[in-house]
Amino acid sequence: MRKKMRRGRIILGISFFLLILARVLASQILAGEDKPLKPYKVGAIFAITGAASWLGEPERNTVKMIEEEINALGGINGHPLKVIVEDTVGDETKAVMAVKKLIEKDKVLAIVGPSRSGTTLAVIPIVERAKIPLISCAAAEAIVAPVKPWVFKTPQKDSDAVVKIYEYMNKHQISKVAIITGTTGFGSEGRKQLKKLAPEFGITIVADETYGPKDTDMTAQLTRIKATDAQAVINWSIVPAQAIVVKNMRQLGMTIPLFQSHGFGNIKYAEMAGEAAEGLIFPAGRLLAVDTLPETHPQKEVLTRYKERYESKYGENVSTFGGHAWDALQLVILALRAVGPDRERIRVFIENVKGFVGTGGIFYYSPEDHTGLNKEAFEMLTVKKGKFVVLK
Amino acid sequence: MSLGNQLLQYLFTGITIGSIYGMVALGFNIIYNSTGIINLAQGEFVMLGGMITIFLTTVVKLPLFLSFFLSVLLVTLIGAIFERLAIHPLKSPSVITLIIITIAGSILFKGGAMFLWGKETFTLPSFSGEKPIFVLGAIILPQTLWILGIMGGVVLLLIFFFSFTRAGKAMKACAVNRRAANLVGINVKLMVLFSFALSAAIGAVAGIIITPIALMDYDRGTMLAIKGFCAAVLGGLGSNAGAVIAGFLIGITESLGAGFISSGYKDAIALVVLLAVLFFRPGGILGNKEHT
Repeated sequence: MRKKMRRGRIILGISFFLLILARVLASQILAGEDKPLKPYKVGAIFAITGAASWLGEPERNTVKMIEEEINALGGINGHPLKVIVEDTVGDETKAVMAVKKLIEKDKVLAIVGPSRSGTTLAVIPIVERAKIPLISCAAAEAIVAPVKPWVFKTPQKDSDAVVKIYEYMNKHQISKVAIITGTTGFGSEGRKQLKKLAPEFGITIVADETYGPKDTDMTAQLTRIKATDAQAVINWSIVPAQAIVVKNMRQLGMTIPLFQSHGFGNIKYAEMAGEAAEGLIFPAGRLLAVDTLPETHPQKEVLTRYKERYESKYGENVSTFGGHAWDALQLVILALRAVGPDRERIRVFIENVKGFVGTGGIFYYSPEDHTGLNKEAFEMLTVKKGKFVVLK
Repeated sequence: MSLGNQLLQYLFTGITIGSIYGMVALGFNIIYNSTGIINLAQGEFVMLGGMITIFLTTVVKLPLFLSFFLSVLLVTLIGAIFERLAIHPLKSPSVITLIIITIAGSILFKGGAMFLWGKETFTLPSFSGEKPIFVLGAIILPQTLWILGIMGGVVLLLIFFFSFTRAGKAMKACAVNRRAANLVGINVKLMVLFSFALSAAIGAVAGIIITPIALMDYDRGTMLAIKGFCAAVLGGLGSNAGAVIAGFLIGITESLGAGFISSGYKDAIALVVLLAVLFFRPGGILGNKEHT
């Protein structure tokens, strides 16, 4: 009787043990079946901290948001998307190190970024050598001129913004302009383009002034402009100091039209300049004035979707710069979905993208054009009651 | 616009910019006067003054007048705490150690401000409207008058404080000779605390009154500190009247340089003037030659 009981206990013990074993095995097998496919790794390098962080932060937020959304929808053809973000601090050396790490350690399939033109130019030789597609979020034309096989960019061209302004001036019989530009990279690049393209449009530059990014008062430069016979002023900068120019100009009682560059495309700048900003004119991507864009416009849906998602997730206004990152990563995702994890095929795919509707415009890449956008990507905007609206 | 009008406009612009530099320079002087060190975190006190006022008026929604005083008080406190935590614990610090500590403080304040308020640039409404005042065809902003008035008041108060009060004289004595001051019974460490609090307060005032015209962000302090430091050196370190005069001088040279030569060279022109003056008068315009 006692023996039987003991045997019973042993059997009970063994079966209990087997039960656990089976369970563990089963869960392992199940997990094996459930195990997701190998993730697709994409690198992202942005100036998240440092002086250019107003570029890098919305860009980082945007790619993180896309990563989450794509993975919630089951990834790319079943493969989860993994975006590895590195901070360049806006510094060339750090950007180069980050790219090397992404290529050698993480073995990414493509890289989006960097945020700044300078850092982009610094990493180009490395990605060219390693043969990794790079889709930059920086604007300088030198990035894609001459065309490098592995390098693309999503922002519009500076020269197209200049063309857009000059065309508007031709239409409104303005031929003598004063330019006032920031001394940062964006400002001096704009100054070069403004001076280069002016003769083509029959425009004379009668004053050429500059200001530093931390300057506190620009009335001296504007007084000089006031003394000339300029019919309009073009203020080309990307830093907050440009709002002081807008203010000072109105304070000096200057009534000639003021044109800004696409670097004015941050509603904060309009807020800083307050009433003085009313009526100024600038070319910009359509993201900023999506509310006043006609329903029929092909970009309307993409822009509204991006704006709503970004603003509800991060509680801050969308910026053009985040939009550049959106375009860059969506291009990579499009390529991965179509051709899979093969760097050369991704490159060829992007080079032949035609009619991709992004936030910056509608992209038509070709082996000769790695920007994909023309001047039609810009819309002339104005400030009305403190808001950006499409100029009619 | 006639040449005369232009010249007048450049002068007004120079006075506006110069008064900003002068205010920052005053803060440098106070700490220098009592400790003999250059507080490289001075620009950050200016930035904190502006940023805290912006925070109080836009987020807490206090009236500007109240925010002004509250912000000065808070920055004064920050200055005092900074001294207690970073400067005070050192037993017998060398001047260079102290200066390096203030650099660290500057980086810390800047980082803190960046985390608290982000990297955006903010502004404040002008104290009494934005309508410019026309004087002989040139314009001057009401805010510039506020800056000039407040700066004048601060300078008078400082002169009174350092020349006629016990605490002020004691602070001056510490700068001349710490040891001797200690021997005659002055609590040197307490005076150092006072000087940090006072210069933080003046920095904060400067930050608040310039924000409506110059805008403010977490990174604004360094550039202001450099220009303010130039003004302090040019005026003769320690001389408050010299700091104000030098501030105007740098501001006006910058603005005339931008107007008549080229706006690209205006910083260079101002710095060449600084070097030239220091070459002939190493002690600065109103400085004591012994100090150099």
